[in-house]
Amino acid sequence: MSDRYSFSLTTFSPSGKLVQIEYALNAVAQGVTSIGIKATNGIVIATEKKTASPLIDDTSLEKVANVCPNIGIVYSGMGPDFRVLLAKARKAAQKYKRIYNEYPTTGILVKDVASVMQEFTQSGGVRPFGVSLLIAGYDETGPVLYQVDPSGSYWAWKASAIGKNMINAKTFLEKRYNDDIELEDAVHTSILTLKEGFEGQMTEHSIEIGIIGGGTTGFTEGKEQPLFRKLSPSEVRDYLANIS
Amino acid sequence: MDYNGGTVLAMAGKNCVVVGSDKRLGVQNLTLSTEFQKVFPVTEKCYIALPGLATDVQTLSELFRLKCNMYKLREEREIEPLTLANMISSTLYGRRFGPYFCEPIIAGLDKNNKPHIYGMDLIGCLNFPDDFAVAGCAEAALFGMCESLWEPDLEPDELFETASQALLSAADRNSIVGWGAVIHTM
Repeated sequence: MSDRYSFSLTTFSPSGKLVQIEYALNAVAQGVTSIGIKATNGIVIATEKKTASPLIDDTSLEKVANVCPNIGIVYSGMGPDFRVLLAKARKAAQKYKRIYNEYPTTGILVKDVASVMQEFTQSGGVRPFGVSLLIAGYDETGPVLYQVDPSGSYWAWKASAIGKNMINAKTFLEKRYNDDIELEDAVHTSILTLKEGFEGQMTEHSIEIGIIGGGTTGFTEGKEQPLFRKLSPSEVRDYLANIS
Repeated sequence: MDYNGGTVLAMAGKNCVVVGSDKRLGVQNLTLSTEFQKVFPVTEKCYIALPGLATDVQTLSELFRLKCNMYKLREEREIEPLTLANMISSTLYGRRFGPYFCEPIIAGLDKNNKPHIYGMDLIGCLNFPDDFAVAGCAEAALFGMCESLWEPDLEPDELFETASQALLSAADRNSIVGWGAVIHTM
């Protein structure tokens, strides 16, 4: 049978579960923690940057990335899977721009990425992605933070955590979050949340932070709009110095 | 472009725009219809005018209706005039080497009720005028009329009158344009 048909790896178990998706979520739960917080005037996404060996050059690792000027992304889970999704997301954004000469809103981009992830739970010869994503964007509707899971489901959050310490981090965020938090405070909160489950010394090289809003505007496609950018190591150092 | 006749124009005023066309459909000098639609609504505040080869006018109007309906469902918002113009432009350029014989004009108000007018050629090269846009068989005559009649900051009723006179006078100078006209004011 198996040499004649290509069944999807994700077929329903008798109890109605898709165990491959649950395994994918386990892969995410083993991944490094990532945090996202929506502030009144922007969004911060942050993650730990863990290296397998102290000999690895950590400047070559990139976990927080731009999809297009107004949208940023971070992941927990498998790095190589993320690279594939990032490339697909960037291509989707450029395809959209090719038609409308403007970048997609966060919601549209998230729908595109989520569709790709859903496809990989139903197609033959593939496995689901071993990543959860936090996607942060800013458009006419304001700042929005989405989480996308391996199943292809997505939600908008005020603040969320994915990866290893997500349970503890979410409890921490629930205590810390309020509706009128500003971006600067949100950056601090995100670092504090990461610090909760951090192993070893936290330095500007062992975490990555990306922000959108709060004055980070730029001129693209003929209009002034908020742009997503990664904080440089020296900026991260300043934030860390303020905390300890 | 001169096979079926027909011409269109759009004008911008003070927080308003008008877009209009003649109503004739013919085959060269033979008039077939005097009720031929060339201006198509996209949203409450945005219209596309499609002059040119009648078969392509109808094909494109249906194609853009489909694309705009899909946009509205997908994005859960109405398409803005500039976004629409870019979408139409890229659609036409997709047929760069076998184009639709149609030179669309887009006129509308954006979400802040600012007037927008865009014109383009048959392969989608966009124009961004802030006064008026003309296209079709009586384009040359319309240009002259618009140049002499249009002035800045016209109120909706004045703009309607200006556009109407320009369109009617230009239509009179062309044998395959006319047989009634329609103007939409936004």
